[in-house]
Amino acid sequence: MNQMTEIKPLTRKDFESDQDVRWCPGCGDYALLAQVQKLLPALGIPRENFAFISGIGCSSRFPYYMETYGMHSIHGRAPAIASGLKLARPELSVWVVSGDGDSLAIGGNHFIHAMRRNIGLKIILLNNRIYGLTKGQYSPTSEFGKKTKTTPLGSIDRPFSPVSVALGAGATFVARTVDSDHPHLLDTLKRAAEHPGTAFVEVLQNCIVFNDGAYNALADRETRDDARLLLQHGQPMRFGKDSNRGIRMRGFEPEVVTVGEGGVTEADLAIHDESAANGGLAFFLSQFAAPLPVPLGVFRAVEAPVYEQLSTGLAEDARAQRGQGTLEKLFNSGDTWTID
Amino acid sequence: MNTQTMTVDEPRVVGGMQKTRPIEEIKSVVIRFVGDSGDGMQLTGNEFSKSVARAGHDFATHPDYPSEIRAPTGTLFGVSGYQIQFSSGQVFTSGDAPDVLVAMNPAALKTNLPDLRHGGMIIANAGAFNKANLQKAGYQSNPLDDGTLIDFRLYTIDISDLTNQALKDTGIAKKEIGRCKNYYALGLMLYLYSRPIEDEEQNIRAKFAKKPDIAEANVIALRAGYAYAESTEMFVSTYQVRAADIKPGRYRSITGNHAAALGFAAASELAKVPLFLGSYPITPATDILQELSALKHFNITTFQAEDEIAGICSAIGAAYGGVLGLTTTSGPGMALKTEALGLAVMLELPLVITNVQRGGPSTGLPTKVEQSDLLQAVYGRNGECPIPVIASRSPADCFDCAIEAFRIAVKYMTPVILLSDGGIGNAAEPWRIPNPADLPPLEVKFRTDADGFQPYARDEHLARAWVRPGTPGMEHRVGGLEKHFLTGNISHDPINHERMVNVRAAKVAGIAKDIPPLTVEGPQSGDLLIVGWGSTYGSIVQAREQAEAAGKSVAHVHLRHLNPLPAELGDILARYKTVLVPELNLGQLSKLLRERYLRDVTLMSKVQGKMFKVSEIYDRILELC
Ligand SMILES: Cc1ncc(C[n+]2csc(CCOP(=O)(O)OP(=O)(O)O)c2C)c(N)n1
Ligand code: SF4
Repeated sequence: MNQMTEIKPLTRKDFESDQDVRWCPGCGDYALLAQVQKLLPALGIPRENFAFISGIGCSSRFPYYMETYGMHSIHGRAPAIASGLKLARPELSVWVVSGDGDSLAIGGNHFIHAMRRNIGLKIILLNNRIYGLTKGQYSPTSEFGKKTKTTPLGSIDRPFSPVSVALGAGATFVARTVDSDHPHLLDTLKRAAEHPGTAFVEVLQNCIVFNDGAYNALADRETRDDARLLLQHGQPMRFGKDSNRGIRMRGFEPEVVTVGEGGVTEADLAIHDESAANGGLAFFLSQFAAPLPVPLGVFRAVEAPVYEQLSTGLAEDARAQRGQGTLEKLFNSGDTWTID
Repeated sequence: MNTQTMTVDEPRVVGGMQKTRPIEEIKSVVIRFVGDSGDGMQLTGNEFSKSVARAGHDFATHPDYPSEIRAPTGTLFGVSGYQIQFSSGQVFTSGDAPDVLVAMNPAALKTNLPDLRHGGMIIANAGAFNKANLQKAGYQSNPLDDGTLIDFRLYTIDISDLTNQALKDTGIAKKEIGRCKNYYALGLMLYLYSRPIEDEEQNIRAKFAKKPDIAEANVIALRAGYAYAESTEMFVSTYQVRAADIKPGRYRSITGNHAAALGFAAASELAKVPLFLGSYPITPATDILQELSALKHFNITTFQAEDEIAGICSAIGAAYGGVLGLTTTSGPGMALKTEALGLAVMLELPLVITNVQRGGPSTGLPTKVEQSDLLQAVYGRNGECPIPVIASRSPADCFDCAIEAFRIAVKYMTPVILLSDGGIGNAAEPWRIPNPADLPPLEVKFRTDADGFQPYARDEHLARAWVRPGTPGMEHRVGGLEKHFLTGNISHDPINHERMVNVRAAKVAGIAKDIPPLTVEGPQSGDLLIVGWGSTYGSIVQAREQAEAAGKSVAHVHLRHLNPLPAELGDILARYKTVLVPELNLGQLSKLLRERYLRDVTLMSKVQGKMFKVSEIYDRILELC
């Protein structure tokens, strides 16, 4: 987030392209679009230095709606394309927008390697736990037993947690948020934008047509406080309507307890540490399943060498040692002989 | 003339016995070094080729090795070979049949003997012809003394033992001593072919600079081999090949893959645009990735991607970013890149995809040559997806083709496929080092003027503008969904789609106007024309020259541009009664020619993982005219 040139302050409008947004009315993707358009003017980056790269899927139509540079590419390959762009032009702010099928099925390999390299991409995965664009087949995040058009008897695939996959691949920034909570979504995106390496954000997104209500418990104001655990760095893991419930560790087993009941005090609760050098805590949280609440927020944010900087560094070192390469020298290196 | 020519007539003093030994003058020779894959035959061959290069010979090499890294020792399938032809004239191939076979063990002899010229010379490492090795090679008795080699000039030398003797006092480990025998063999051959030993000693010391004791041992082995050949009465004469009469200039020995890497680096320098290579290792293309990875002090970024798909996709991302995008691969890797190629066609971005072809299909014959990806290159994608295709014809030609590929890519805003193959990728020949200032300019234009900008508006070549992200006022989106003719916005309009399909096809077809005129060697019309492409060049040239010398009227045209085909090709074909197309596949260029020109051609096909022999093509010429 360099290059502070003299520019007139940008507004959200500046990031809206002239293309009609064609998602189904009520699709969770709108929320992401709105929050990204709200966030970008605040980052102090000239508009022309943004590039949005996507794969294929409903969510991957995203770049068309952004008045920035962008590419709607092929299924699953956005991280690879974005990596090439970022390596070629480290000064650009490069974002990837993807779906659960796009990132974790066909694009699984590129996804994990982007995480592993810690290349400076902002990768957003809209997880509706279904294939939207191809009209309702199960995805790698669909629940075991899920009935869809290709699993009429229920899915026998065990689902992935995108956050676990990212952490397992060594991601340095991993967060989860939900389409229905706009302030949380915006905050999370902001944190991601500020992270120097790969920043991965899973957005739990409602597909109103093929998997409606998948995240109702998190969206509904009545239930959401009991259903989610808002992660806050350095704070005890508390949740619930009255904020009196919490997570206690029993060895390696988490359990839900109520502060003030059965002698439980706040001191018994686990403390969230997003910067723990060891990713164990984040991974443990990423595996939470009912009846445990769904953790939202930043699971992990640690600093590590950034790939494109390392790459530029290698080139600079090579030049420092050998001087800028010239064809004259290159052609004439090795064993040469002269015929005259 | 070569600066280092030796005087030939001066008899040499041999073995301190004041006895002279005749030096036989020969025009050219084909030597094949064969041994176990651990015997260092590639190194021996390579060093020998460097030595003849320094002497100003023209030469061509053919490394042939198993796809197993270390096959079990002594087995037939573990044999590794390196063939070199060098000559006082021009050389176009590594030679049909070796004149000399240096066989380090029985398996090497057994697998290579059928190729040896009748009456040829065998230098056999007798020490390796023990019971176990003979058995592994399937010999009932020892061929070195059972009379089976009566038709050849056989020299049995216990290279293993002589190396041991020479190195026994050096104090280095037995295993290391065993490794030095290839230098012993090299020493022998350097003497036999009148090459000086000093340069090689220097090479060894440079190569093993970090292990001086090993360097010393190898030097001793080299000298021992040299001295043995000098002092033994076994060799009645030594040989001298006169320096070739080749164009003056500075030369170096270069393989096709190395030449391609230099060509890509040159393209970047000429265009003053950085180069980005995204690639995944695969035989025989890997060397290009390795060579470019060592050039970080140029404006070159290399990225070893997680697979071939990521290789090409990262290059597409880089090309979108405004640098020269490159990806390199071989056969199966090319198959993986197909979907992304379609994307690159839709994006209309410059990109070069190099396929160093190998035997297929599937994993096929990883280390052997084949030209069977031509139709894949021209047609192998979903949809109407035209991509220009060019092919290099010799190791040094890979340099020019690399630059030509980028020239087309940036001028026409299109991906370009460059076909090479394992036959020239690994083979070496002398390369006349160009003066960078003499290389053709490579003009790249980035559009920065936002006024009236339409992302898919086209210039006179039907190319759209290249815009670097970061340019204010020209923010736009590209993608694989069909584009509107001017704005590039998604368009599913049927008429627009047809228009776009046609304009993409017309753009690629229009490249034909840019192809330099074809050279037809031989008569400009007549009975027989040979049309070749790619690495069959050398065999065809030599066969045609031989046929011409024998009074035959036969012409040859070699295609670099395969899509589009050169504009005048149809007329050329029409001027001959018969058109012969030799190909290392089942007739892929033949198909293209028949389809394009509605004329029949005579296919000459070979799919054995081997190059054409000159004699094979020559014989076919005689059958046809
Ligand atoms: C190579 C390839 N295979 C399959 C498809 C078909 N396809 C398009 S999108 C998609 C799945 C999309 O699901 P997801 O990534 O979850 O995105 P969503 O549409 O739900 O946003 C599939 C299978 C394709 N376009 N390309
Ligand atoms: S199908 Fe689902 S994911 Fe796709 S646009 Fe409609 S609501 Fe959104």
